[in-house]
Amino acid sequence: MTEQKSTGEAKDWNPYVAGIALGCVLLTSFVITGKGLGASGAVNRVVGTALHAMSPTWAEDNKLIGSFFVPGVSPLDSWIVYLAVGVLLGGALAVVTGRRFRFETVHGPRVGSATRLVLAFIGGALSGVAAQVARGCTSGQALTGGAQLALGSWVFMFAVFGAAYGLAWFLRKQWI
Amino acid sequence: MEGPLVLSPSMGHGAEVVAALLCGAGFGFVLERAGFGRADNLASVFYGRDFRVLRVMFTAIVTAMLGLYGLDLVGFMPIGNIGIIPTYLVPQLIGGLLLGAGFIVGGYCPGTSLVAVVSGKLDALLFVAGVFVGSLAFTIAYDPFAAWHQSGGWGPVLLHEYFKVHSGVMVLLVALFAVGAFWVTARIEAALRRGRSVS
Repeated sequence: MTEQKSTGEAKDWNPYVAGIALGCVLLTSFVITGKGLGASGAVNRVVGTALHAMSPTWAEDNKLIGSFFVPGVSPLDSWIVYLAVGVLLGGALAVVTGRRFRFETVHGPRVGSATRLVLAFIGGALSGVAAQVARGCTSGQALTGGAQLALGSWVFMFAVFGAAYGLAWFLRKQWI
Repeated sequence: MEGPLVLSPSMGHGAEVVAALLCGAGFGFVLERAGFGRADNLASVFYGRDFRVLRVMFTAIVTAMLGLYGLDLVGFMPIGNIGIIPTYLVPQLIGGLLLGAGFIVGGYCPGTSLVAVVSGKLDALLFVAGVFVGSLAFTIAYDPFAAWHQSGGWGPVLLHEYFKVHSGVMVLLVALFAVGAFWVTARIEAALRRGRSVS
């Protein structure tokens, strides 16, 4: 699907090679930190920190984020936040070394950029709620819990694929 | 905690930060090179055209699973030593359905959207903005849902415990499921390619 132009940009890895590499990163994380991978948790902490800046008492009483706030420790001084910063750095390293940076709005042939950007925002908002409800996203639930064989994470993974396939027909103009 | 690993309890805060940064960097690097920084690459799995997402994900899960249960088997790192994701069945089901909807509507999931942002994708930037708004909305509206969200936890239940089989049997079944999925999806891709070239 990815058309390579003659800019010397690196091609996508073979998916099985990429999968083995990703599995090794995940396993290394388990062995070294006792935890898997994640992404959405960092967003929750940034949001919590911002809310705390506006109203400390409200944030500390909130049943979802109250536990973020320990005297003397920033809520951003957390494993999940450093992990997300690492994702940005590692992604940037892959982009730079592979000459894969390009400003663009990715969409299918039958929609314009404006529609795509609106849908991207709506989809992001759905995912932000979803990751809070499920206590994790594709990384923190499906990958991490999937490899552990955690029951609820497998339910989560099938639900993700089920909903996306179920809705694919309605969104087809965006993608194909 | 028994056994020599996990390493983190013996590490200082600085070492933990470095470990998290490095694990994250490895994660981000692989996601980007896997092609997950482009929404069209990701979405094509839902139209049967390119099952790259499924291949990468299932291969990663099987690789890490074999490592985890291998280390458990030899006693190097018992599976109970790591933080097992607890099961909250209904929230995970509903959250999964919502995340799937977010994926097909928005084209990314939270992790892949971060990688797509650093590769210059404007749509990913909007997606990330959406994730912040969704997370914020849920946090603000949380208290009435707190009782529901925090009840009904089953704790860290593993598949083989639930189905009452030996962990080795479950590991084998999951590996076979992945291989079966690779075989079926390759045939679907081939059939759709033939169909498109005829029409």
